[in-house]
Amino acid sequence: MPKNYQQDFGSVITSKTSFIDEIINLARKSSIFYLLFGLACCGIELMQTGGPRADIDRFGSVPRATPRQSDLMIVAGTLTYKMAERCRLLYQQMAEPKYVISMGSCASCGGLFQYAYSVCKGVDKLIPVDIYVPGCPPRPEALTEGLMRVQDKIVRERWFSARQKIGQPEASLGVEYKVTA
Amino acid sequence: MTFEEIQQRLAAKFGERIGALAPANKDPFLVVAAGDLVEICRFAKEDAELAFDCLMNLSSVDWPKKNQIEVVYHLWSYSKRHAFVLKVLLDRAQPQVASIESVWKSADWLEREQFDLMGVQFEGHPDLRRIMMPDDWVGNPLRKDYAEQPQWHNITTTRDNSLEGYVRLDELKKKAAEAAAAAAPKKEVLQ
Repeated sequence: MPKNYQQDFGSVITSKTSFIDEIINLARKSSIFYLLFGLACCGIELMQTGGPRADIDRFGSVPRATPRQSDLMIVAGTLTYKMAERCRLLYQQMAEPKYVISMGSCASCGGLFQYAYSVCKGVDKLIPVDIYVPGCPPRPEALTEGLMRVQDKIVRERWFSARQKIGQPEASLGVEYKVTA
Repeated sequence: MTFEEIQQRLAAKFGERIGALAPANKDPFLVVAAGDLVEICRFAKEDAELAFDCLMNLSSVDWPKKNQIEVVYHLWSYSKRHAFVLKVLLDRAQPQVASIESVWKSADWLEREQFDLMGVQFEGHPDLRRIMMPDDWVGNPLRKDYAEQPQWHNITTTRDNSLEGYVRLDELKKKAAEAAAAAAPKKEVLQ
């Protein structure tokens, strides 16, 4: 792990990783498969990010059409209450470790539609969110930046030691999830 | 055909049951009794001169003071290129009207929408479920007296304003400047 991470992210919890963690994390951060979960106009920008110009594939990130094969859920667009149940189900179907990007203001807080009767006021009311990408919709560069922040999060995790501790009560990746009910 | 001609055509068929157009000076509409609706609609569709082959829109209006819910039917004829508006006045406590899904198939989802958002019961509808809100949602959101439930399936339906705790910097500076001016000793003006 590069030493300068600890300087760059002074406000973020940094963790000391072992050498084997660095190898594993390098592989993990270079193959973040994201779930195709475009809900509204952000979905168009999500496709654009996967397209040839922004080309998120150069980070090893490719879309998957099933939550079973996905590491990252990009909630792209307005989340209605009807879709909220499905969103929670899809998140539960993803295998650990899993990450969530809330893309755009609608997914983050309801955005333009937050006074509507049918719109859920933020995806973080259902599932834990790692990265919020603001914008309406965010440009592909912004989403790429969000993906790089997920990579930063991945390289700081003690994945190997967490695997060894599986079965013990404190087994986790050092990340505490809190869901606002 | 104009609105008046359509109204006369309907009156020739149904006689006393067809009232006058109202209001005459604006976009006119015809109020019909809830019991006659399906019959009139079917005639309007099948009559060769009226030939209303399309239900453009089906919506409703909530009038709490009048204690009424109006269901509004916008008809359109592609072959004759004319339009017409029918209205049905219903009791607000128990809005109930016969479904016209058997006349125009497009009424299926439009009636489901009004059932969902306004709570109008359409008798004879083949599949009267909510269409926009979840099936176990409480209340009809487009009623004037609608109050949202605080939460649904452990999801709160409100979100705190994250800007509420913040204050404007320029207002703070202005207040500080005023306080400093008040505290400073006044200069005596020399004559």
